[in-house]
Amino acid sequence: MRLREVAELTGARFLSGEELADRAVGAAFAADLLSDVLAMVREEGVLLITGTVTAQVVRVAEVMNLAGVLFVRGKIPTKSTVEYAAAAGIPLLATPRTMYEACGILYTHGLPGAKRKPLPYEHDQLGSPPP
Amino acid sequence: MVGLDLERAGQVSTEVQRVLRKLGVEPEVVRRAGIVCFEGEMNIVLYTPGGRIILLVYDDRVELIFSDQGPGIPDIELARQPGYSTAPDWARELGFGSGMGLPNMEANADRLEIRSRLGEGTVIRATFFRRRDEA
Amino acid sequence: MKLEEVAERLGLEFWVRADPEVEVRGGYVSDLLSDVLAHAEAGDLWITHQRHLNVVAVAKLRGVAGIVLARGLQPGPETLRRAQQEGVNLLTSPEDAFDTAGRLHRLLFP
Repeated sequence: MRLREVAELTGARFLSGEELADRAVGAAFAADLLSDVLAMVREEGVLLITGTVTAQVVRVAEVMNLAGVLFVRGKIPTKSTVEYAAAAGIPLLATPRTMYEACGILYTHGLPGAKRKPLPYEHDQLGSPPP
Repeated sequence: MVGLDLERAGQVSTEVQRVLRKLGVEPEVVRRAGIVCFEGEMNIVLYTPGGRIILLVYDDRVELIFSDQGPGIPDIELARQPGYSTAPDWARELGFGSGMGLPNMEANADRLEIRSRLGEGTVIRATFFRRRDEA
Repeated sequence: MKLEEVAERLGLEFWVRADPEVEVRGGYVSDLLSDVLAHAEAGDLWITHQRHLNVVAVAKLRGVAGIVLARGLQPGPETLRRAQQEGVNLLTSPEDAFDTAGRLHRLLFP
């Protein structure tokens, strides 16, 4: 899937990086916790779907070499953050849809979830749920 | 770096990656160093009044040294445990402070050494070995 | 669709089965408690990576159908106890938030 289709499907507009609309998106990861993005995303070229609009999101996108960032629920970052992203060549998109809707639409149109790093504590102390 | 300077937090990581790329360091090391630097940088910004980050590039390895004037870590073993966090709610609302910082630094560095003294500060050294034959 | 059936179809595991008959009307994905407090609708299934204990209080306040901890996260003992006390459905998904939300969305609106 390309960024252009992500924008069309979710009714998003480009805040920056529209010239990169043909960039391929390999997979998606949805999170507000940036530490999760830093800890879990293994591959490059991932689309981050997030409701977090701090300046750090763009930095994380840069550090992790993400394909782009889709902000949900009509939230947009500050002007200086958008300008930084534009200069750094990071596509930012904004959709009025919720994170749930954005995930649902993109998943239904075949975008896979990002492969995750296995973390040691995922199966820790408690074992399995009560019967 | 100044503590609580959230607008600029993350800048050092991208700068570190730029420098490493320019020096021809292997992309795999650049990526891991960027992630570790980001976590270290956020730790300094969220928890300490300030600190510095030093980047050392050798033929066989890259080192990142984080030193701060912060409150220190009372129990390092506890802080290394995933999910352990003393973060205030505002940090969590920013998407940080879920107790994955040090564990994620450990997962991405080849070696992570932590020295901390209460009331004086913390020094963390992250080492990344360069595997040039694989690059 | 009832939560019991949603859980079965999506491979979710119940940790606290307070009211498996509750109707799931939609979904909400967020890791920010303030966001959920402000925007989640009653009957939404809340999918999150947030492990903080306060998820239970927020879920109760908004009247969501249940909490799903994604990507194989397990609830801490305190969270588990609180959910039992408050009668909040608590489930886990082995997949992360994107896939869990995607499959729920397709299940509810085929």
